[in-house]
Amino acid sequence: IACLVMYLFAEFDDAANLLAANPDATTISIDEPVEIPKNQHSRLQEPGREEDDELLGTDDSDKTELLAGQKKSAPFWTFEYYQTFFDVDTYQVLDRIKGSVFPVPGKNFVRLYIRSNPDLYGPFWICATLVFTIAVSGNLSNFFIHLGKPTYHYVPEFRKVSIAATTIYAYAWLVPLALWGFLMWRNSQVMNIVSYSFLEIVCVYGYSLFVYIPTAILWIIPQKVVRWVLMVFSLCLSGSVLVMTFWPAVRDDNRRIAVATVATILLLHALLAVGCLAYFFDAPELEIPAPIIPAHNGTTVITKSH
Amino acid sequence: FPGLADVSISQDIPVEGEITVPVGSHSPDEDYSTLDEPVKDTIMRDLKAVGKKFVHVMYPRKSSALLRDWDLWGPLVLCVSLALMLQGGSADSKDDGGPQFAEVFVIIWFGAVVITLNSKLMGGTISFFQSLCVLGYCVMPLNVAMLVCRLVLLAGAGTISFIIRLIVVGAMFAWSTLASTAFLADSQPPNRKALVVYPIFLFYFVISWMILTFTPQ
Repeated sequence: IACLVMYLFAEFDDAANLLAANPDATTISIDEPVEIPKNQHSRLQEPGREEDDELLGTDDSDKTELLAGQKKSAPFWTFEYYQTFFDVDTYQVLDRIKGSVFPVPGKNFVRLYIRSNPDLYGPFWICATLVFTIAVSGNLSNFFIHLGKPTYHYVPEFRKVSIAATTIYAYAWLVPLALWGFLMWRNSQVMNIVSYSFLEIVCVYGYSLFVYIPTAILWIIPQKVVRWVLMVFSLCLSGSVLVMTFWPAVRDDNRRIAVATVATILLLHALLAVGCLAYFFDAPELEIPAPIIPAHNGTTVITKSH
Repeated sequence: FPGLADVSISQDIPVEGEITVPVGSHSPDEDYSTLDEPVKDTIMRDLKAVGKKFVHVMYPRKSSALLRDWDLWGPLVLCVSLALMLQGGSADSKDDGGPQFAEVFVIIWFGAVVITLNSKLMGGTISFFQSLCVLGYCVMPLNVAMLVCRLVLLAGAGTISFIIRLIVVGAMFAWSTLASTAFLADSQPPNRKALVVYPIFLFYFVISWMILTFTPQ
């Protein structure tokens, strides 16, 4: 019952998620100071759950949980309510970006970096940067690929900016919504140790897209092998951030559902990357040295392959 | 009313005063009615204010005049002229051309609104329209760059013209970003300045990209 009460509070206060982590915890209301420090909890648990704590980050300082209970108390129609989602400093944003590009194996991005202070600054501006980076890089790459041809006339392809914006913002906001809904539904069936709020999921997705920005810039290089290597590399990095975040949330569920969820997350992520590469970047043309057939007007014909 | 039986109002207390509530300090504009002045005066006053702001952008010193008397005429004129100058670009098919008029308009205004909202959400002390005003006026160096680009393109579209255009657009982009940062960065808490300046950088970068990639028919 205590856990159900805590679960209800989670809708209104993200810090409750941390306190609900251990089903055996004493019921602690948000306004009271935490009576049992988190360190004692980890000692009382069985050894098999130690990696849980690593992923949950409960071995970190508990003073953030003390302060976390006082956030987000403004009603949702005031400006101050939305200001709480932008309550980050420069170094925090840079830390979160670093955490998404260099994922530490075994560390949960949400617990380590977000710590119940999800921000909307990162997801929004990383998506905006990614949109323009992909559009500009795609345009530049096509320009360099088609440069020598006599029939080529450069066009800025501005239409693709709107398409890129729609795709990336839809991915970064609708997929977290679907995932959050799915996790909430599973939470009602199976009591999970870890549950995330919608904003934390949006945060993870937003920051995990950051590694695609340098990838998109490097995709200007018109070599197929280079592009695919870059794609696999960035997919591994951002995919691992997502997997390490969401695996603890579905692990306690039916094994097949858990695996299917994580596989779907990765599949959608890969689909985004492959789709962007295919649509915005024209295939580089391979020049095969032989055979060169001199055409009747004296120019050589180079075979093309996609 | 039994309790009030012994209350009486003395006859010699004067009951008088003013009913009108005095208004606070009058701004200079309200000292005289502007209804009777010649139309030329009305228009010239606004034009002078806009012109003064253009000068402030050209030489970006920290001055409160730009912030205090905001107006959106300048940004509107700049935005419309930039969008018009970006027309007439190459379009083999309808799909692959440069930005349409509406796209430029939306990018500039929506971008400025989003940056202003971002700045206010991060705890900035500047008001909404002041920030829009500054961002709009600081598009002026890019307008100059667009003008130069069109003139250079009249002469030819080769590599040299591209290099000239790249240098000019790059310089104007830096000028715009520095000018708007000079006005806007001070209103932010110091540990978030970079977070507020970056979207401004992105905004002017996108506009510069649109200008640089403009190719005539």
